[in-house]
Amino acid sequence: MIVPEEPVSTSVLLETRDLAVTFPIARSGRERFGRQPALAVHAVDGVDLVLTRGQALGLVGESGCGKSTLAFCLAGLIAPTGGELLLDGKRLEPTRTAIDQRRIQIVFQDPYSSLNPRLTVGQCLAELLRVHHLVSRGEVRGRCEELMKLVDLPVDALAVHPRKMSGGQRQRVAIARALAVEPDVLIADEPVSALDVSVQATILELLDSLRRELDLAILFISHNMAVVRHLCEQVAVMYLGRIIEQSSAENLFTDPRHPYTQGLIAAVPRLTRKRSQRIALTGDLPSPIHLPQGCRFHPRCPLCQPVCRSIDPPATTGRVVASDSLVPHSVACHFAWSPRPTSP
Amino acid sequence: MNDRLLQVEDLHVEIATSGGVVHAVDGISIELNEGEALGLVGESGCGKSTALRAILGLLPEGARISAGQVLFEGRDITARGRPRASRRVARSAPISMIFQEPMAALNPVMRVGVQIAEAVKHHERCTTTEAHERSIELLRRVGIPEPERRSRGFPHELSGGMRQRVVIAIALACRPRLLLCDEPTTALDVTIQDQVLALLRELQLEQGFAVLYVSHDLAVVSTVCDSLAVMYGGRIVETGSIPQAFRRPKHPYTAGLLDAIPDFDHVGVLSAIPGAPPSLISPPLGCRFQPRCRYAQQDCVSGEFPLIPVREGGSTACIHSEVVQTSWVS
Repeated sequence: MIVPEEPVSTSVLLETRDLAVTFPIARSGRERFGRQPALAVHAVDGVDLVLTRGQALGLVGESGCGKSTLAFCLAGLIAPTGGELLLDGKRLEPTRTAIDQRRIQIVFQDPYSSLNPRLTVGQCLAELLRVHHLVSRGEVRGRCEELMKLVDLPVDALAVHPRKMSGGQRQRVAIARALAVEPDVLIADEPVSALDVSVQATILELLDSLRRELDLAILFISHNMAVVRHLCEQVAVMYLGRIIEQSSAENLFTDPRHPYTQGLIAAVPRLTRKRSQRIALTGDLPSPIHLPQGCRFHPRCPLCQPVCRSIDPPATTGRVVASDSLVPHSVACHFAWSPRPTSP
Repeated sequence: MNDRLLQVEDLHVEIATSGGVVHAVDGISIELNEGEALGLVGESGCGKSTALRAILGLLPEGARISAGQVLFEGRDITARGRPRASRRVARSAPISMIFQEPMAALNPVMRVGVQIAEAVKHHERCTTTEAHERSIELLRRVGIPEPERRSRGFPHELSGGMRQRVVIAIALACRPRLLLCDEPTTALDVTIQDQVLALLRELQLEQGFAVLYVSHDLAVVSTVCDSLAVMYGGRIVETGSIPQAFRRPKHPYTAGLLDAIPDFDHVGVLSAIPGAPPSLISPPLGCRFQPRCRYAQQDCVSGEFPLIPVREGGSTACIHSEVVQTSWVS
C-alpha cells in the first residue's frame, strides 16, 4: 500500500541531508607514486535522518556500520565531509557556535571512561555550568542539586568521585552532565550495553521519562533490538554507512521489508524459543573501503537478484497501515513493495 | 553405570584482596550428565566465571579453591594445592573452554592453523602433517570459508566471529566430552552471535558433548541450554529446566531478572531490581538477596538457605517461593 508522501511536520529539530563522513587512509609511498586512487573508509555515506522534538529515534545495525561515527558527527565531534546538518532548519557549520554545541549533547557507552576520575560529580557539573555561563556563581550548587534530582541520584553524590560509584550511577552522572547545558537533542551511544542486566532497565526508564519531561529529541544507538523496541517510537536501520530502512518501531519490527532488517530481527536471541522461518544472515559486513557495486547488501542477501548487483536501490517511502493509521515506511530495496521473485 | 559427567560438590573459592577475603564462590554444587547443556546465569560479580575457571584450575593468582571438589567421570580433578601439578590433572580430562574475548584467547603471532595443530598434537599421537590436516578439517567444520588459505593467516586478519570460530575449532581438537563457555558471544554482533550459537548447538548435537554455559544474557542461554542455574552472591539460588524457570520462577531474583530484561517479544514496563549486588567480603546475613527482595520477611534475615527441591522439578533457595510472581509471561 503506497500513498504519495506528504511534507514533513514542523516539529523537526535536527535533520541530516545526504550526510557523509569519510576517513582517508594513509597510503604507502608505493601506492602514492603509483597513482592509485585515494582510498577512504566510507563510514557514513549519504544519511538522511530526521529527529523530532519529544521523540526517541532508535538507530540499529551491526558494529562497523557507521552508527557511532554518525553520532559523533551529529554531536559535532567529527566534521562531516559531505551533505549538511540542519538544526531548526538552519545549516550547522563545521565549527559550531557555543550555543549550537550546547543544543546537541551525547552520552557515551562506557561510563567508566567517559567521566573525569579526578573530579567529583559536583565539580564536573559545576565546571560545565561555569564555562557556559549558565547560572550565576551563587546558583551553581542549587542547579547541581536539581540535576541530581533529575537523574534520580541523591544530592550527597555530588561530593563523590566517579570511581566510588556503580556503573548505573555513573551513567546517570553522564546523563546529568549532558543535560546540564539544557540540550534539545540527546544522543545516547549504546548507553546501557556496558551495564549489568538488572541496572539497564533503570537507565532506559530514566531516558524515557527525561524525554517526556524535557521534550527531548533522543537518538538512541544500540545493537540490542529488544532495548530499542522498548524505548523508541521510530527506528532506523543502518547498513554500511546508509539508512536502509526506517519506520515506526511497531511497524518496522512486525513487518520488516528489507532482507537485512529481517535477518537482524531473526538473529535476536529470544527468551521463548520461537524460531519462525528464519532469514539467516551469513558472513560479515563487507569492507567500507571497497563498497559493493549496486545494492550494498547484495553480497549477503539471500534474495539477491541480477538487478541488485548493478543498481543501488534508492530509499522509497511508502505509507503503510499500522495500528489503524498511516505510517511512513522507507526502504532501500528493489523489491520492498513488490512481491519478490522467488527463484534467483 | 552412572552417566554423570561432571559433579561439582560444595565448591568454595576464595580470593585474597587488600580489602579482605572475597568469597567469590560460596558453596555451589553442579551436576551435569552426558550431552546436557546447563546455563549458569547471574549479574557480573556473582561468581559465575570464577566457578567455571575453578573447574579447570584456571584461577588467577591469589584465588584458591578452599573447599569442595570437582569430579569428572567420577575422577577427582580438583585443582587444589600447588597450581601446576593440580592443573595438569584438570587439563588432562577431555574438557575444553571457550572464552569471551577471542583475540585474547589466540596467540597473535602464530598462524591460525599452527595453533589448532598444536592443540591436536597435544592430545593425540600424530605426525605434524596429520595434525595439520585435522586442523583444516576442524576449520571447515566450524564454518570457515577457504580453510586452507585461512589456516595460513594470523588471528588479526580475521573478524571477531571468525576468531571465535577458530577458538571453537581449538576447543574441538581434544574431542571434548565437556565444553565450558564463558560468555563466548558477548563481544560479538547479534548476527554473528546468532551464527556462533547455531554452530555450538549443531556441534553439540553432532558430537554429543555436554555444555556448561556461563552468561548474563538469559535469552542467549535459552537458545543454547536446556536447564538453568541462577547464581547470586556466590551461590546458586535456583535450578530448573528453562521453560519452567521462565514460566514460573521460583526465586525472587530470577523473577526480578526476567522483569528487568527487555525482551524482544514482550514489550511491557521494565522494572529494575533495586539496590546493588552484595559484597562478597562480608555478605549479608541470612538470604543474600533479602536486602533487595520485595518479598523479604522476618525469617529471611537469619539462618541458612540451602537449595530445596520443589514439586514441579528444579530447586530454589527461597523459603517463600510460593509467593514469587513475575509480570513476565511467556
